[in-house]
Amino acid sequence: MARVEADTPRFRPGDSVAVRIAYPIGHVRTPFYIRGKRGVIERLCGVYSNPEELAYARSGLPKQPLYRVRFMQREVWPGYAGESRDTVDVEIYQHWLEAAN
Amino acid sequence: MGGLPAGPVEQTEHDYALWEKRVDALLVLLTKKGLMTVDELRRNIEGLGAEAYEAMTYYERWICSITQTLIQRGVITVDELGRRMEEARRRGQG
Amino acid sequence: MPHDHDHSEEHDRPHHSPPRPDLDDTITHWRAMEIAVRELLIGKNLLSADEIRRQVEDMDSCTPAQGAKVVARAWVDPEYKRLLLSDGNAACEAIGLERGPYKLVVVENTDTVHNVIVCTLCSCYPRWLLGLPPDWYKSRAYRSRVISEPRSVLQEFGVAIPENLVVRVHDSNADMRYLVLPRRPDGTEGWSQEKLAALVTRDAMIGVAFASRPGAH
Repeated sequence: MARVEADTPRFRPGDSVAVRIAYPIGHVRTPFYIRGKRGVIERLCGVYSNPEELAYARSGLPKQPLYRVRFMQREVWPGYAGESRDTVDVEIYQHWLEAAN
Repeated sequence: MGGLPAGPVEQTEHDYALWEKRVDALLVLLTKKGLMTVDELRRNIEGLGAEAYEAMTYYERWICSITQTLIQRGVITVDELGRRMEEARRRGQG
Repeated sequence: MPHDHDHSEEHDRPHHSPPRPDLDDTITHWRAMEIAVRELLIGKNLLSADEIRRQVEDMDSCTPAQGAKVVARAWVDPEYKRLLLSDGNAACEAIGLERGPYKLVVVENTDTVHNVIVCTLCSCYPRWLLGLPPDWYKSRAYRSRVISEPRSVLQEFGVAIPENLVVRVHDSNADMRYLVLPRRPDGTEGWSQEKLAALVTRDAMIGVAFASRPGAH
């Protein structure tokens, strides 16, 4: 069976996205604090082998598009000042992102 | 680790000991040569558990993780590791 | 601990000190492991002692002076700054530095935005431009707090960001590496790149400090 080398990028800068909620064991590069949060695609960084699989000496294919996603700090942290426009930019692999409306 | 409660940032730095630089060098060379990945390094550090952050220094966690990875990949055996460590320890005492 | 004193004198002493001598009288479990693994790998012809030595030397030669060169050039050359912000690796290469093994994202401090870098998951850092990271960058306290209360952590570093500026934290949690392009200090018009580079500290390129002011010692 032919192996897909890389997944196609689905998102573009400006798209609203939500980070999927899931808590598997294993090596995951999506920080706990950002799971379930909504943000906006800041840029497509590139397409990279999946670190979750590389961590177990597997091929990491199909490669995943990696995005920088920008979140409002006041929407990520309960204690953050309500009027703040401060942001946090996090790198999220595509398979952890869902379109948000 | 983001967002967990923690105290003030202790703005310490230390000059790296030679053995620590050698651990760093080991990781760079092993990944360059395709003998392991930085992802395995990270996963095996995560696998040490939270107490490792109290009980071990940064490069102690690294050497433990690198060694674990090399065992997992079959590059070194537990037996030869144990024997050589004991020899190194005895040499160090002499 | 406030850091409002000038950092330009940092460049008068080397950023790396000679390595602490390995203690010969006691050998810890972990040091025995390092010795054993290294010797086993050399014995199996997977590595050589020479390669290890050369890699240690290469790492020793990486200091924040590399990053400072990039910043100073961007301060004087708008075309270069555009390149730096759009393709950081190409910009490194353009001035004779290593491209670096990871994609470099350079984020610019302006009169509306202040950037600060962290790797909450481990300690990812643009080593080829800044050398090895300081202990505090790798600490639990920094990694836990700068992401959720950056202004408070910046205060601890002696940096107060006015409310009308946006603080932008970048989590270096995957395959990118980050460098902050600090604001060029006032009173440096006409300065050479070398003189400007001396004002650019490692901490300014992480985002926990401003570039040093001219003449303040």
